Amino acid sequence: MRTITVFALLAVALVVSAAAGILVGAVAIAPGDVLSALLGANDTSGTIIRELRLPRVLGAALVGGALAAAGALLQGLLRNPLADPFVTGTSAGASLGAVIAVALGLEPLLVPLAAFVGAIGAIALVWRLARLGGRTTVLTVLLAGVVLTSFAGALVTLILVSSDRLALRLRAVLGWLQGGISVISWSELAVAAAVVAVGVVGALLLAPRIDAYAFGEETAAALGVDLDRTTAAVLATTALLTGAAVAIAGLVGFVGLVIPHALRFLLGATHRRLIVASVPAGAMALVLADLGARSALAPAELPVGVITGLVGAPFFLALLVRSRRVIV
Amino acid sequence: MSSIVARGIRAGYGEREVLRGVDLVVRAGELVALVGPNGAGKSTLLRVLAGLLGPSSGAVAIDGVDVAALDRRAVARHIAVVPQVFETLFPFTVREIAALGRTSRLGTFGTLGSDDARAVSRALDDIGAGDLADRRIDRISGGERQRAVLAMALAQEAGVLLLDEPTAHLDPAHQRATLERVVSLARVRGLAVVAVLHDLNLAAAFATRVVLLADGSVVRDGPPAHVITPELVARVFGPGLRVVAYDGRPFVIPEPPAAEPHARAV
Repeated sequence: MRTITVFALLAVALVVSAAAGILVGAVAIAPGDVLSALLGANDTSGTIIRELRLPRVLGAALVGGALAAAGALLQGLLRNPLADPFVTGTSAGASLGAVIAVALGLEPLLVPLAAFVGAIGAIALVWRLARLGGRTTVLTVLLAGVVLTSFAGALVTLILVSSDRLALRLRAVLGWLQGGISVISWSELAVAAAVVAVGVVGALLLAPRIDAYAFGEETAAALGVDLDRTTAAVLATTALLTGAAVAIAGLVGFVGLVIPHALRFLLGATHRRLIVASVPAGAMALVLADLGARSALAPAELPVGVITGLVGAPFFLALLVRSRRVIV
Repeated sequence: MSSIVARGIRAGYGEREVLRGVDLVVRAGELVALVGPNGAGKSTLLRVLAGLLGPSSGAVAIDGVDVAALDRRAVARHIAVVPQVFETLFPFTVREIAALGRTSRLGTFGTLGSDDARAVSRALDDIGAGDLADRRIDRISGGERQRAVLAMALAQEAGVLLLDEPTAHLDPAHQRATLERVVSLARVRGLAVVAVLHDLNLAAAFATRVVLLADGSVVRDGPPAHVITPELVARVFGPGLRVVAYDGRPFVIPEPPAAEPHARAV
């Protein structure tokens, strides 16, 4: 009963936030005109709604859903709520991959692929470093993530400063580094949606085996989980979701951290239910954050990463303080 | 009905050899207690029996099948392990924990069927945790959590049950209750049970057989009264422990400290 209520509320909240995201913008458009624009009216409002606001809202929803699902996967694998793509350095790896692709002048539709390659390289490296002591602990994962994030950030800046191609789009790229959902084409959106769909299905298939990690890797193995294969599959799925999100929005922190953790209190710990709920909840959260980023200092626009950082970082610290006894 | 047989097990971590040639046979219905001083290799032997640590030589067989030849999923259908650490930060319910025991029987899409639900309910009932099923694991007592983890292992429906210090962190009444349940399960379900026990008195009270390990080898394997003797306890554990017989069972009692000379008083 409780589960049904939570899912129903999530669905309503997602629809309401998406509607708000479409209705509110730099140019005031009456709700009736928005509706006719969505139905295909051929005027300025139609162009603004269909080519700017709708793709942006859908983009934000995809990014938020993907990051929240990826966060649920990482938290499950580390059996600790202090993990998400951002703090583990996965997002930074993805952004490095994406920036290299843009600097090399690759086809825009290849950017998500490059981001995926960067993400999987980063998470594999972090996991390898964290395993040096024999068992994977969240503390070493976070430390490795911090180091990797600053290293990847340095490389990204280096590429930005030295590349002519990027210099032209410097403002856009800087916004993207802070996390920003800039103008998205329908084709980019379609590619990202397909990748996120594959990632979410993969996450749902892996979920029951992630549950078995509850008491640690050794117990998971005793319960019949093939650790190497499962860990690799979970990390690859995380990288897929993170790559798609970063290709659209750059470095958006903490959505993946806050959403699964908050939902766990409402829905319990089993990962299949958690992931099913994390996707719409993350989508809603980022649509709202993007709406806040657009309206807070209107007509100026904040990168959405500023909003998620302002909300998420204190949340992370509070979590750190509360769980310091069990962080190792 | 299963039996587990280990022959000539040598195993360790890197250069350090912990087990130096161990033989062990456990038949259905038996509860074998592994006892010995810290560092004797009890937990390592349990990990080897569970197939979680490969031996450098020797082999473990379940009903004649070499464990090394099976994948993790197949091993988990034959051998269940009750972990020593059962802390989790996540709010799983007791039923969800018990259902983890069905991980090795998940369907293609990771779903559990009605057989699985039945096995989980039966495991919860057998361990007396039926009324805890919907409670959160982080909101119950240590003894209740222990039962949840035992239910998880029972839900695996494996013929062999391995327990690593199942009575650690429990008060004497819960220690007794836990081992009594395990003994009766071994009989009723025909399980071959191996438990690492630190407490020699619990081993003497509940084990069918006691296996005394020291320095990675079996010193003696037999009925409690045959293994927990004054000579062996003194030889393996050192001085300061007295072995007495009461009601036909051996008991190990720590000697009180020697009286302090008054001269040492200020």
